[in-house]
Amino acid sequence: MSDASVDTARTASGLQPHDAGFGDFFALLKPRVMTLVVFTAFVGLLAAPASVHPVVGLAAILFIAVGGGAAGALNMWWESDIDALMKRTSRRPIPAGRVTRDEAFAFGMALVAMSVVMLWLATNALAAAILAFTIFFYVVIYTMGLKRWTPQNIVIGGAAGAFPPMIGWAAATGTVSLESVLMFGLIFLWTPPHFWALALFMRGDYDTAGVPMLTVTHGRRSTRRHILGYTMVLAAMAVGAAFTGIGGPVYLGVALVFNAAFLRDAVAIWRRDEEMAEADNFKVERHAFKLSLWYLFAHFSAILAEATLGSFGLGGFGLEGWS
Amino acid sequence: MSFRVTHDLHRRRFGRNLGLGLVLAGLVALVFGLTVVKVTTDDFRMLVDQEEVQ
Repeated sequence: MSDASVDTARTASGLQPHDAGFGDFFALLKPRVMTLVVFTAFVGLLAAPASVHPVVGLAAILFIAVGGGAAGALNMWWESDIDALMKRTSRRPIPAGRVTRDEAFAFGMALVAMSVVMLWLATNALAAAILAFTIFFYVVIYTMGLKRWTPQNIVIGGAAGAFPPMIGWAAATGTVSLESVLMFGLIFLWTPPHFWALALFMRGDYDTAGVPMLTVTHGRRSTRRHILGYTMVLAAMAVGAAFTGIGGPVYLGVALVFNAAFLRDAVAIWRRDEEMAEADNFKVERHAFKLSLWYLFAHFSAILAEATLGSFGLGGFGLEGWS
Repeated sequence: MSFRVTHDLHRRRFGRNLGLGLVLAGLVALVFGLTVVKVTTDDFRMLVDQEEVQ
């Protein structure tokens, strides 16, 4: 290889693609998203009415996290073209030139195979099957298929992010039940108002990349209506979950407080127009976005608290003979 | 022919190799722990017993 060809292989960052460090490959796993995956899968695993050996539980959480990270790597492999166009994503390992697309694809596929097989061996076939479907759903159906075609992309992407507690539950029990579906529903219905609140005050990036966001395709008025609609359904389901096996008085208290606050913000967002929002620099929209982060954390923490209390014979409403 | 040592390159490769080594060591420890747990559960003993009966 001549010096000239070496120079042409060099990138804007001054490094050759094969100079990637450990941190670059770790960044492909989307570690910030992975924290949500780990936390919700952990809650799903502990809230399940079955005892799991700590080593098996640790392995299950780890392989669910690796599977989620692998999906993130494949997402970055496919989306490197639009990642390069958006300010928020232009520093990711592939558009920054530190990792090649082929490396990211091989890395992602290897981790997908490893995580699914290891989760199966560590727990059961159902948990591994849901993990495999989640990765397929996120990479093929959402990333490759629908993200660039429909303004409902946030709703579809939210479904992929909602599976981890269901996988944790399945890893412990080997089943899918109402409680695990409710935990799925919590994240699934929470995702659209969370991201649309962000989309209302963060403009530009998705327009540049040509990704159809609801704010652009249907207008900001329609987005405000959508936020209120999803929040109302979310609130009904979140409070209703208090009277199932994952709920109890602690969860009910948390759900009432946070859903009342989230609904108040959603109504305020719906009542405002763009003139009002720009006048106070989207104060209400920003507040709703921040609140939504605490909302999800609080609900899953409350489920975890109920499960912990349940192990001491406390918590729950005793509706299902929970011990 | 001269050879220039690229310190940043070496540092990054060392970091990558060290990280990969630690990850693999952790995976070996985890699989070992899983194996110990699996072979000491009742389910595993039942399978052994069934084979003895047959």
